[in-house]
Amino acid sequence: MFDSYSASELGAIFAMQGFAGLSLFSVFVLMALGLAIIFGQMGVINMAHGEFMILGAYVTYLCSHLVENYAPGLFGVYFFGAMILAFLASGALGMLVEWALIRHLYKRPLDTLLATWGLSLILQQLYRSVFGAREVGVTLPDWLMGSFNLTDMIEVPINGVFVMGLTILITLGVYLMMFRSSWGKQVRAVVQNRTMAGAVGINTEMTDRLTFGIGCGIAGVAGAAFTMIGSTGPTAGQLYIVDTFLVVVFGGAASLLGTIASAFTISQAQSTLEFFLSGSMAKVFTLLTVVGILMLRPQGLFSLKVRK
Amino acid sequence: MSVERAGPRNFRSALRRTVGAALLAAVALGPLAAQAGGPPTAKVNTTGLAVTDDTVKVGILHSVTGTMAISETGSVQAEKLAIKQINDMGGVLGRKVEFIQEDGASDWPTFAEKAKKLLVNDKVAAVFGCWTSASRKAVLPVFEQYNGMLYYPTFYEGLEMSPDVIYTGQEATQQIIAGIDWVVKNKGAKTFYLLGSDYIWPRTSNKIARKHIEKLGLKVVGEEYYPLGHTQFNSVINKIKLKRPDVIYAIVVGGSNVAFYKQLKAAGIDMTKEKPLLLTISVTEDEIRGIGGENIVGAYAVMKYFQSLDNPNNKKFVKAFKDMWGQDMVIGDVTQAAYLGPWLWKAAVEKAGSFDIDAVRKASPGIELKTAPEGYVRIHPNHHLWSKTRVGQAQANGQYKLVYETKELVEPNPFPKGYQ
Repeated sequence: MFDSYSASELGAIFAMQGFAGLSLFSVFVLMALGLAIIFGQMGVINMAHGEFMILGAYVTYLCSHLVENYAPGLFGVYFFGAMILAFLASGALGMLVEWALIRHLYKRPLDTLLATWGLSLILQQLYRSVFGAREVGVTLPDWLMGSFNLTDMIEVPINGVFVMGLTILITLGVYLMMFRSSWGKQVRAVVQNRTMAGAVGINTEMTDRLTFGIGCGIAGVAGAAFTMIGSTGPTAGQLYIVDTFLVVVFGGAASLLGTIASAFTISQAQSTLEFFLSGSMAKVFTLLTVVGILMLRPQGLFSLKVRK
Repeated sequence: MSVERAGPRNFRSALRRTVGAALLAAVALGPLAAQAGGPPTAKVNTTGLAVTDDTVKVGILHSVTGTMAISETGSVQAEKLAIKQINDMGGVLGRKVEFIQEDGASDWPTFAEKAKKLLVNDKVAAVFGCWTSASRKAVLPVFEQYNGMLYYPTFYEGLEMSPDVIYTGQEATQQIIAGIDWVVKNKGAKTFYLLGSDYIWPRTSNKIARKHIEKLGLKVVGEEYYPLGHTQFNSVINKIKLKRPDVIYAIVVGGSNVAFYKQLKAAGIDMTKEKPLLLTISVTEDEIRGIGGENIVGAYAVMKYFQSLDNPNNKKFVKAFKDMWGQDMVIGDVTQAAYLGPWLWKAAVEKAGSFDIDAVRKASPGIELKTAPEGYVRIHPNHHLWSKTRVGQAQANGQYKLVYETKELVEPNPFPKGYQ
């Protein structure tokens, strides 16, 4: 495969391939963080996670349209505002859903699977009715769609770097909130023992709602960011849901560190295999590896030690 | 009291009499009226189809919900436009065309069930519908069992020839061979990288492409497939950069399409430089809306129709389509092919002088359409269309610019010898 290439060419390709792996890694982390909070911390199997992401994408689409028509001068930077709005929109919808649907199902975690799956169908049809069945094109500022030319041959996509930076920022934010803020302490207390947490004066209902809202909000930001690399359509959320659950389950549901480790493992495996094998076969081998490891470690890569 | 009641009763019976007389008159005049518009029903419908003296029912069977709604919406719109225009011209054999629309919901068993409903319960005279090969394969046994006629609009992989289907899109060889010949002759292409979504159409198409490329003595340097819905193409883009093909031959579909072209652009491959040149058979103007014109500008597509075609038929069609469905609509290859369905059926019915399926089938080969937006088309005895193949280059505004079209109509050849 590599004969007739010079060393510098090979070096460039491997550098770019390394970057491709890292950028896939950050995409996975970004998709999975919101779910890791909702599924990992609250135990809610949120099948509508992809639809919350797509809501963020649609918010970006609306912003791009509004800014293009009414404030073209701001077009270069609208994306940042769009991400904040995406967070707020998905978060608000998440809190509404928690209040209307999820809070009645905390004692029946398996039923959340059906309820949120139904919700995902409803949201898909809603997007279809509002935005049309066709995919919409999100116009992005030019500076986001180019690439850095590090050398003659190494080209690094700017949007990849952007997603990476965003992922680091959000991961850091989630970490600080979960482990360094009083809210995080309350969330973890409620997760570990709802009754006791209530007894010591934590407003468990409010904590749940906020947690769910933040998880959905992060999904919204992810969706906004993915307008750079993927499609925005009513059913585009379905493209992400399998990989997202894969990452969270493989990492060990209750561990944020696990989510990151598993995103790293899966993304590296996939992008390396894709390079040496063909696309479908790479997927097959990645899934086989995950299944194999889960058979040996059903609790995932990392798990909280709890007394059972 | 009785006098007071007599009034209404008399009025009622008078009313009954009047209605009765009117009905009698209608019955008596009925055949006359029908003869004024077209031949009598008994003559044009011997098989119990839903044909009356002044209406004929047809079916529209596409997904308007589910993942495929993205693609199939345009076909539904085109078919409704064609039916409306046919009715404005006086209908078919003097009968107004009424459509019954069913939703296949992107689910293949649902397609089969709805097809059966249209044929058995509604007794429609023709069905315009299906989009994916999977949905067509699902309804095929139904159409063959209950003797229906399906007008199928999508360009597809070929290897099929049913007496109950008229294929108004191109089959694979029509689309592929002319496109590869063009890129070899005009762009001097020597090496190809074949890429596709992982299902029957891209795989069959690439098989034909590979055979043809190798026949020309040229080289395929890579061939691979990604699962439907795959959104990460960075690895394969690196691989393409390493192999440096002259042509990337891409048959990626659905949401993957958007991801692929955005990532290609972000990876610094400028398609306007044509190094490598990108040739696709799966991106119509419809798809470009989702991809964004600025992300695909410079790529070449091989189709039989582009919205920008400069001929009077097409100008009329584009205007009518936009007037009916909105000025921001775009029209892709399949939408145009769907538009041909009702017109081809009308021509066949009129040639046969009957709505009966068997008569329409017998009349179909040789039917020609001079008013097609793509130009002239003719039905081949194998139920596919003779049509020209064209190459267009994607522009930043989301349209294609025509750069080449075959001189002659290309013969449809669904079972190509030496390509299977």
